[in-house]
Amino acid sequence: MAVFKNVVSRISKGLRRTREALTGSLRSVLAGRALDEDLIKEIEARLIQADVGVKTTRKLVDSIRTDWKAGTLTRGDDVIDHLKLQLKAMWPDADRSLQFATPENGEKTPTVILVAGINGSGKTTSVAKLANLMRKSGRTVLLGACDTFRAGAVKQLEIWSDRLDVDIVRGQEGGDPAAVAFDACDAAVARGVDVLIIDTAGRLHTQDPLMRQLTKIRDVVARRIPGAPHEVILVLDATSGQNALRQAEEFTRAIDVTGLMLAKLDGTARGGAAIAVRESTEIPVKFIGLGETPDDIELFDPEAFIEAMFADEG
Amino acid sequence: MFERLQDAFSGAFRKLSGKGTISESNIREAADEVRTALLEADVNYDVVNRFCEQVIADALGAEVTKSLKPGQEFIGVVQKRLVEFLSPPDDSKPGVIHVAPPPTIIMMCGLQGSGKTTSCGKLAAYLKKRGRSCMLVAADLQRPAAVDQLQIVAQQVQKEAPGGARVEFYAEPDKVAAYGEAVGVAVGVCQRAVKQAMRDKVDTVILDTAGRLHVNDDLMKELQSVHKMLTPHQVFLVVDAMTGQDAVNSAKEFHERLHVDGVILTKFDSDTRGGAAISIKEVTGAPIRFIGTGEKIDAIEEFHPERIASRILGMGDVVSLVEKAQQEVSEEEAEELQEKLARGEMTMDDFLKQLRAIRRMGPMKQLLGMLPGVGSALKDADIDDKQLNRVEGMINSMTERERKDVSLLNNSRRRRISKGSAASINEVGRLVKQFETVSKMAQQMAGLGAMGKMKALRQMQGQAQQMTAGAGGGMFKPKVGTKTVSPKAGYKKRKPKKR
Repeated sequence: MAVFKNVVSRISKGLRRTREALTGSLRSVLAGRALDEDLIKEIEARLIQADVGVKTTRKLVDSIRTDWKAGTLTRGDDVIDHLKLQLKAMWPDADRSLQFATPENGEKTPTVILVAGINGSGKTTSVAKLANLMRKSGRTVLLGACDTFRAGAVKQLEIWSDRLDVDIVRGQEGGDPAAVAFDACDAAVARGVDVLIIDTAGRLHTQDPLMRQLTKIRDVVARRIPGAPHEVILVLDATSGQNALRQAEEFTRAIDVTGLMLAKLDGTARGGAAIAVRESTEIPVKFIGLGETPDDIELFDPEAFIEAMFADEG
Repeated sequence: MFERLQDAFSGAFRKLSGKGTISESNIREAADEVRTALLEADVNYDVVNRFCEQVIADALGAEVTKSLKPGQEFIGVVQKRLVEFLSPPDDSKPGVIHVAPPPTIIMMCGLQGSGKTTSCGKLAAYLKKRGRSCMLVAADLQRPAAVDQLQIVAQQVQKEAPGGARVEFYAEPDKVAAYGEAVGVAVGVCQRAVKQAMRDKVDTVILDTAGRLHVNDDLMKELQSVHKMLTPHQVFLVVDAMTGQDAVNSAKEFHERLHVDGVILTKFDSDTRGGAAISIKEVTGAPIRFIGTGEKIDAIEEFHPERIASRILGMGDVVSLVEKAQQEVSEEEAEELQEKLARGEMTMDDFLKQLRAIRRMGPMKQLLGMLPGVGSALKDADIDDKQLNRVEGMINSMTERERKDVSLLNNSRRRRISKGSAASINEVGRLVKQFETVSKMAQQMAGLGAMGKMKALRQMQGQAQQMTAGAGGGMFKPKVGTKTVSPKAGYKKRKPKKR
């Protein structure tokens, strides 16, 4: 047994090295070196490996090259700061703030957050995390379980509502999700909750009927509560590649996405697709998901994001 | 799917085929386009570089430069390499292996949300169709309600999927715990499940393990101990076809810990370019075995490298199309219809049945895209599946007698149908006319020999074109756009040479 253990630990050490070689720190590569064409190529490779995409990468790299040729950017160490500045400009604070309902004629209206995404992107877990975040900021929360399609989805959210001690409105499996959304809005108004978070079934953005169903859910919510949904969050898997762009485009067409939740950033994936999404659709990232527990949610911070993108393995 | 990769490739090749003589630098230029296309398709950065180096070497070796049709030659080189990158090694086990004595044990693993539980169900449906009984084992004790999901999936497969074999479900719901708190428990559950499977004489056991990040050492160790204690005959890694550059990192880790035998690529019915397929195969050597192609419980297909490579290169995928058709229409049904057609007895009901069979095969655009040469031509055509909805609606608004005998349809009846289906009277008229043409043609075809059939088919094509062109709101709406004319050509156009 002891021998076996030894072998295993040696293997995993070896793996860690491979990982570092694959996705290791750009910062350490850049440190102390003068910027030259080779280094710029290296930066380009790292950006592509982070899923930033060819087009956006070229744009970022071109700006580095321009500054380098102009003589304003000469040290490797300054490159990350240069990128940070650029990305911060892409994601101004105002864009990342959350919209809440304003009281209408002195009456309180619930804030509605609609959550959507493709299958397996992490919607239900993200809903739980959002609920937890809202609850911790002193707001009352109601969950709307509108994923009536996937087997066990409603049950999954129910378990979360138990664990987080928040109320839930659910429909029958196979029932009309728009009807559940309507009921959830009703309940939110009647109970006077602060925030209603609606979970929807995962769907591929290529499936027209399902995308129309999503539009219907949004419309039903808007009709029941004027001004709602206040936030429409698209959950994006951080491991996803350039298809993220297509997802963002199609979901925006269906339900006017207001922000991304970048889920599963706790792996080795760098989530660079979010940059490509921002570049082409202007949808900001609002949250990031970093693990399996409801506490593993953070408000998006572009500076930390770019730092992590080029950081060492933890 | 691979359509965009197709587009980008065609761009690169057009450049090549336009030139008279080709130099090495031309080839490098074309390879650069290939490189960009593959990167945009999410093929891993290092894999792309390796691929392109080989393609360049191949192209130079094959003396593409001296070829009369360098463009075509280059396509050939790229395709050959692509197939090679996607093909399993010769000695690898095909599909789902079968061991005697049973049970065959299959272990599924992958990241969260890659589609393991759904793939378990689809694999069970695949086996059921082939007469192999199976047991789905809920070894995901982490995700809330994962056990319930697998149970429902198992019931669905038993009830809805074609085939007669038994589908069992094994779970120990009392062992479920919050994330990270049931590590190691899955081993026992799997062991007891296999014992149960032996007692029940189940052919194949499928272990649905919890999704986990490849960097979570505790959970990866649990997976290793399941692997060590149960010695599964096949380990499948489930990968989301939309995964980006990171696909290689996770696949590598799973592979080094478990030795993955095959990959199931899920969500392949999206418009992802699916470059992850190439990366994973290249980095782990584990071949892609299956692709998940839809929401339905039996939407799983065997993976064929040649077909995918052809599809990437815009050469169509006729084999898949025929297979899809065979799945939807049984041979007896086809023969019965053939006879009906020969007697000129086709009814609106038969028409509707055919229509529905076609629709079950997938979106029209996807189907037509499988035909050689059609893919790129269709790129801008706006094909409206809704049009088929309207036809269905119109037929549904007919009485049974009308469906059997369309000659009954006088103006008053047509008005009723138009009201019932929200279609215009003209549309109803068009449908009737189309139906009459098709059934007449079909009758002629059925009575003809092979040569005659070809002729009739050609005639029919002409007719069909007229029909769709004349239909106004027909299925094909070519996008009207500005034609791009190169300055040179435009100049020529304006000033035709006289003399």
